[in-house]
Amino acid sequence: MNQVAVIDYGMGNLHSVAKAIEHVGVDLANESGQTTEVVITSEPARIAAADRVIFPGVGAIRDCMAEINRLDVGPIVASAIKTKPVLAICVGMQALMTHSEENDGVDCLGLLSGRVQFFGEDLRDENGERLKVPHMGWNRVTQASEHPLWQGVADNSRFYFVHSYYVTMDETDQIAGRSVYGREIVAAISAGNIFATQFHPEKSQHAGLTLLRNFLTWNGAGG
Amino acid sequence: MALAKRIIPCLDCDRGRVVKGVKFVDIRDAGDPVEVSRRYCDAGADEITFLDITASHEVRATTVDTVRAIAGEVFIPLTVGGGIRTLEDIRTMLNAGADKVSINTAAVQNPDFVREAAERFGSQCIVVAVDAKRVSVEDESLRWEIFTHGGRKSTGVEVIDWARRMVRYGAGEILLTSMDRDGTKMGFDLKLNKAVSDAVNVPIIASGGVGNLDHLASGVLQGAADAVLAASIFHFGEYTIHEAKAHMAAQGIEVRLE
Repeated sequence: MNQVAVIDYGMGNLHSVAKAIEHVGVDLANESGQTTEVVITSEPARIAAADRVIFPGVGAIRDCMAEINRLDVGPIVASAIKTKPVLAICVGMQALMTHSEENDGVDCLGLLSGRVQFFGEDLRDENGERLKVPHMGWNRVTQASEHPLWQGVADNSRFYFVHSYYVTMDETDQIAGRSVYGREIVAAISAGNIFATQFHPEKSQHAGLTLLRNFLTWNGAGG
Repeated sequence: MALAKRIIPCLDCDRGRVVKGVKFVDIRDAGDPVEVSRRYCDAGADEITFLDITASHEVRATTVDTVRAIAGEVFIPLTVGGGIRTLEDIRTMLNAGADKVSINTAAVQNPDFVREAAERFGSQCIVVAVDAKRVSVEDESLRWEIFTHGGRKSTGVEVIDWARRMVRYGAGEILLTSMDRDGTKMGFDLKLNKAVSDAVNVPIIASGGVGNLDHLASGVLQGAADAVLAASIFHFGEYTIHEAKAHMAAQGIEVRLE
């Protein structure tokens, strides 16, 4: 039994992630016999007992961080990343950073060294064409490292994004994937037991499901 | 640029069944929204929009079950619209697996609802549906107003101002339907679409009037749409999603083809 805890702090479409994990879990069980159980929870003991952890998040960072702090989720995530694979998604990834400039500036968990910045009101592509914000839709992700979670995912595959703020990293060797939307952005991060994506694998059809399936068999680290 | 323009098939559903007719070549029951959604997803749709036209509240539970069933099998974004009137409605749909909700009448009746919804759930999941009808007469500069009740009832609200206001209130995307073109197969109202797209900084989904693949392409090229929505051309098997994408790509539009 492979138990996946999806951290529930009241933000994010937890059900989409849970359903996608259950879906790939069934495939995995058919092939290898290994079964997957998904629990959506904020209980530290259940998260500590899980084999792997998903840290999702959507919406505004101020609200997310307020709930993360209120429920004391920070130490739970910090403790999880020491011992098991953790997948952070979208605002979940942003929450791992040092600081976000959204909502007039919000301190984040600081588990990774980097900042979250606004795309800007006047974002343009290389031809000077105006780009809408949020960055919403299917964009290409260029893999920056060989990582077990990219296995079976073609380089430059499209994933589904929806966000108005993007991450910049202090340690560029932690960047696992890049995208371009007016500027280069960090699309995925790999740091020890953490794999984090700005895009939504649970909404990215084949490429996303492949990544989630890889997460179910990843032992952590080795990025 | 690398962001793909999206193609979104739209399912109108009543009491948990797809209406307006859906006819795929080789499936027997084309009225099952889960089956139809899965087909479109497999065919390369970038997103699914599910519009619930069920009038009575009692059978709404069916809709929630349907959304849950679709979300359990279709791993691309799912937008649910029709009858979204309260924050509780939104929570119910998001919990059932919708990624976005589309708000129409409730926004017109109470614009602050959009603000409350965006504050509570985030702009990324709030789509405001705008039903627009051209009201300008000849020799007058173009002007559109918001209409309700399927295009029968004027609200007197000017479309460009309204779109700007909805974005200011937190709408993350606008689903723009031309009531003049809806069902005509004459193509999108490109001037309407361009005017709204230029006026706001969030993505615009063009809707209403698609009759052929050129219409989809011109929605992007001339109408400045970020996504194009269509129903009947896909439902009746006139064109596949893949043909639509290939046609758009041939005109230089970035689409997701893998």
